[in-house]
Amino acid sequence: MSGAFRIPGAGRLKQAKTARFNFDGQAYTGIEGDTLASALLANGVHLVGRSFKYHRPRGILSAGAEEPNALVEIKRDAARKTPNVRATVQELYDGLEAQSQNRWPSLSFDVGAVNDIASPLFSAGFYYKTFMWPKAAWKSLYEPKIRAAAGLGVSPDQPDPDHYSSRYGHCDVLVLGGGAAGIAAALAAAETGVRVILADEQAEFGGSLRFETGAGIDGQDGFAWAQAAIAELQGMDNVRVLSRTTAFGYYAQNFVGLVERVSDHLSTPGHDLPRERLWQVRAKRVVLASGAIERHMVFADNDRPGIMLAGAARTYLNHYGVAVGRQVGVYTANDSAYAAAIDLKKAGVQVAAIVDLRDHPTGPVIDEARALGIEVNFGRAVIRAGGKLRVSSMTVQPKNGGGERTIPVDAILMSAGWTPSVHLFSQSRGKVAFNDETKRFVPGTYAQDCVSVGACNGTDGLSATIDEAYAAGEKAAKDTGAKTVKSNRPKVDASESWSRGMLGAAPGAGPDTTVKAFVDFQNDVTAKDIRQAVHEGMRSIEHVKRFTTNGMATDQGKTSNMHGLAIAAEELGKPIPEVGLTTFRAPYTPVTFGAIVSHARGPLFDPTRKTAIHPWAEAQGAVFEDVGQWKRAWYFPKAGEDMHAAVDRECVAVRKTAGLFDASTLGKIEVVGPDAAKFMELLYTNPWEKLEPGRCRYGIMLREDGFIYDDGVVGRLAPDRFHVTTTTGGAPRVMNHMEDYLQTEFPHLNVWLTSITEQWAVIAVQGPKSRDIIAPLVEGIDMSDEALPHMSVREGKICGVPTRLFRMSFTGERGFEVNVPADYGQAVWEALWAEGQKHDAAAYGTEAMHVLRAEKGYIIVGQDTDGTVTPNDAGLDWAVGKKKADFVGIRGMARPDLVAKGRKQLVGLKTKDPKVVLEEGAQIVEDPKQAIPMKMIGHVTSSYWSENCGRSIALALVAGGRDRMGDTLYVPMPNGVIEVEVSSMVFFDETGGRLNG
Amino acid sequence: MLLIRCPYCEEERPELEFRNAGEAHIARSANMAGESDDDFEKFFFIRSNPKGIIYERWRHMHGCARFFNAVRDTVTDKFIMTYKAGEPKPSNLPKISNEVVAK
Ligand SMILES: [Zn+2]
Repeated sequence: MSGAFRIPGAGRLKQAKTARFNFDGQAYTGIEGDTLASALLANGVHLVGRSFKYHRPRGILSAGAEEPNALVEIKRDAARKTPNVRATVQELYDGLEAQSQNRWPSLSFDVGAVNDIASPLFSAGFYYKTFMWPKAAWKSLYEPKIRAAAGLGVSPDQPDPDHYSSRYGHCDVLVLGGGAAGIAAALAAAETGVRVILADEQAEFGGSLRFETGAGIDGQDGFAWAQAAIAELQGMDNVRVLSRTTAFGYYAQNFVGLVERVSDHLSTPGHDLPRERLWQVRAKRVVLASGAIERHMVFADNDRPGIMLAGAARTYLNHYGVAVGRQVGVYTANDSAYAAAIDLKKAGVQVAAIVDLRDHPTGPVIDEARALGIEVNFGRAVIRAGGKLRVSSMTVQPKNGGGERTIPVDAILMSAGWTPSVHLFSQSRGKVAFNDETKRFVPGTYAQDCVSVGACNGTDGLSATIDEAYAAGEKAAKDTGAKTVKSNRPKVDASESWSRGMLGAAPGAGPDTTVKAFVDFQNDVTAKDIRQAVHEGMRSIEHVKRFTTNGMATDQGKTSNMHGLAIAAEELGKPIPEVGLTTFRAPYTPVTFGAIVSHARGPLFDPTRKTAIHPWAEAQGAVFEDVGQWKRAWYFPKAGEDMHAAVDRECVAVRKTAGLFDASTLGKIEVVGPDAAKFMELLYTNPWEKLEPGRCRYGIMLREDGFIYDDGVVGRLAPDRFHVTTTTGGAPRVMNHMEDYLQTEFPHLNVWLTSITEQWAVIAVQGPKSRDIIAPLVEGIDMSDEALPHMSVREGKICGVPTRLFRMSFTGERGFEVNVPADYGQAVWEALWAEGQKHDAAAYGTEAMHVLRAEKGYIIVGQDTDGTVTPNDAGLDWAVGKKKADFVGIRGMARPDLVAKGRKQLVGLKTKDPKVVLEEGAQIVEDPKQAIPMKMIGHVTSSYWSENCGRSIALALVAGGRDRMGDTLYVPMPNGVIEVEVSSMVFFDETGGRLNG
Repeated sequence: MLLIRCPYCEEERPELEFRNAGEAHIARSANMAGESDDDFEKFFFIRSNPKGIIYERWRHMHGCARFFNAVRDTVTDKFIMTYKAGEPKPSNLPKISNEVVAK
């Protein structure tokens, strides 16, 4: 037997397969097909959690996604622990392990429950009021304590071992919700042949047909019809049926996010199965069939375990075969709870009494209840519930006052009416409208190509629902181009129908200040809290919501929003539509980060770019650094060397003999065409028309505002062909910048731009021995200084493969950059390396490259410049063509502030103590004795130990820097003030003789 | 994710393929160097930032790589139309079709 409360013969679950499970260390047995909630209830377990703020004992309120109370942790192993799982959604599997949350030391005895007694301290807005002072205590004391005491589950502390998948979906008609309405709409659309996706969050389709025993369609019981219809849809090639799939977000242009729970219901999920699958679906038309959610009654102690929604009790009975009690009471303001009482009574459960707040309701369900001998009371309210860990009684009073009567019960089924689920409609930016007669917000103005059908549209009754949904499905299909329509509309034989109900607090909810009549169970918000918010001056529902946190928990107020709104409206003396509904936002129910991230984590989080020479550097034991997406060799430590020692050795080797450096990451763009030179004139500050083919020039690119954007050496290969290099990080944006001007400002220029960064591997060979290393391998290029002077380029062959051989230097030494097709990069590197060994050459990394260029005062855009530096500021006026009529930045550069005196200029800094290396980013002041805050006149942009200079060197941006040559300035640091002298930016070989050395 | 029609590819493609490139129809002066400070300020810094209809540039970055112009409603995010770079600013905008009122 799978639980003492399982009624033999009731429900739809096959008794064949039992599933053992464990809750808080106690072993139980359920049936496959159960949810954790139905299995617990079958075993008579109602107490499943403690509430967020007051730590009150809580039970199971619902049988679906709206559940605010029954949140548990599901544990498969140490890494697979999922907190805040709704027991009403989690399907039971053999071996399931669940644990209650937010209690210590145990669920039935929880120390935190003292909050409940001290609750006057925790009323609405208490976080804002109580912990305001002293400010410093917030971080150190209040916040950690509150976080520890409140809060729901505990996050797992290990990496998620599961994998998740992600798919795009395209369809003509997307139907969200698989109850009677969604199935009817899907059938209508599918029969026309258009592509249909039907999704429902439950394991089985049918929606409220799961509990509506009075529904009959096409000669069958409603639920049976639903299963047959789903089987038919599953058999159609143009239809995709997704169960266990929640549409959580409705975005622009009918783009809908869904999460399919693929393996959370399996006892031993296969390793090939993802845990969840994210669907991103673009639909031509969307049919919203999301149903309605039942509201609870707001009365004192309405949160005691055993008190639940009437529809949920029906679901547990009619679908799972579980009685939620042996002696149940019913409290309602609406017909639908009668059906629950009738079903339970027929199943042999005692129904103590129905308490109906309405004065003179009439109808067949009321007659039937009476005929079954159930006591029915009109015009009465349940003013409080008795019991603590489980409800034990309900106290009834005429709603206008009078004698009290206490009735013993072990469960209370309640219904205040049904709220249309307009969440997705609202997310689509549609505007809801309030129907004053039925007191419901229903879809009003649509903003996207969607339509709402059935209960979520405020349509009552199965017949009307199926008619509306079927017609909407047909229309959606036709709108997307369907030609033939079959019109096999399902016929409704029998139907249940109810509407109305009440909003807000019932008479038993106050005004007594100690009464806890819950509106929002998950955030522990009572009717009193909402009234208090209004008394304290909150006028907008958005303010009431934030002040009380009503509707702000993970259930997003699915059961509480309308009650909260009605109480606020009553208190404000305004009609409900004037107070307004709070905005619904995605996600509809919580979505795991795993589903969103999918495979984009670890090495797949971001692409890694590696050069052709990377494997060689790796084999040599290089240490790499990340430069954007690139992995670059940072330095090449020999045995026993730290970074400092390795970089010093590399720097010395380059100036003494030679060094090899992988410069492949350098951005490279080929600018080709009859107007290539004209284009270069407009995009760079320098003059290009007169640059002879075979020569190179250092180019500066500005933005229109006159600030340096990028730089690099440009070689002119032919009159109509430039080989442009950019900074490593700047390559994509420089390409975009060039394309932008070429396409939109200078479209008359006949030019083609091609990114060639990945096509050419670049090997820099720098140092006095560089030519000796290269020359033996080169064919067809005269390597003499006369034929190949500094800043020139030749095409020829190296090691038998094509090369663009640049003579250029980023070290100040005689230097070359050997460009070869990337596929040959490593082979040519290895050949050059072998030659280099004959001359004691070293491989050097990016750190040595930085030091060597700083020794020469060569800037790095983005390090020594920051987007507010002009060519003049950087001492690069010489690179700006004075006779040019136009180039990008020409006007911006002449703006008054950019030519004003006292701008920060790039200069060198030498510390008075040569051993002291400044910190990059350190601020510079004139007078270190001035009061704090000191006047800062600049900052250090680059700073290194230079083994070649035998001292530290630095570059800095300093106000009026070039007029301060030789001046002493100060760098205040936490450990004392460092004295520096302003110097030239060139620290090594000031005459530049070594370029030909 | 928005769908954007590239006027060169003549196809609606997902937003991921595109990159916004700021306001459209801001002409760069043929005599840039001779612009006054005020005119340069208007050209470079001042943008309309409307609530409603905006004319803006997009680039089909991961497609044909062309820059083009679009008319978009900044309130609803709806693209009203797209057109090729260099084409004049449209004066008559098409009405958006699916702003419907139910029942
Ligand atoms: Zn395109």
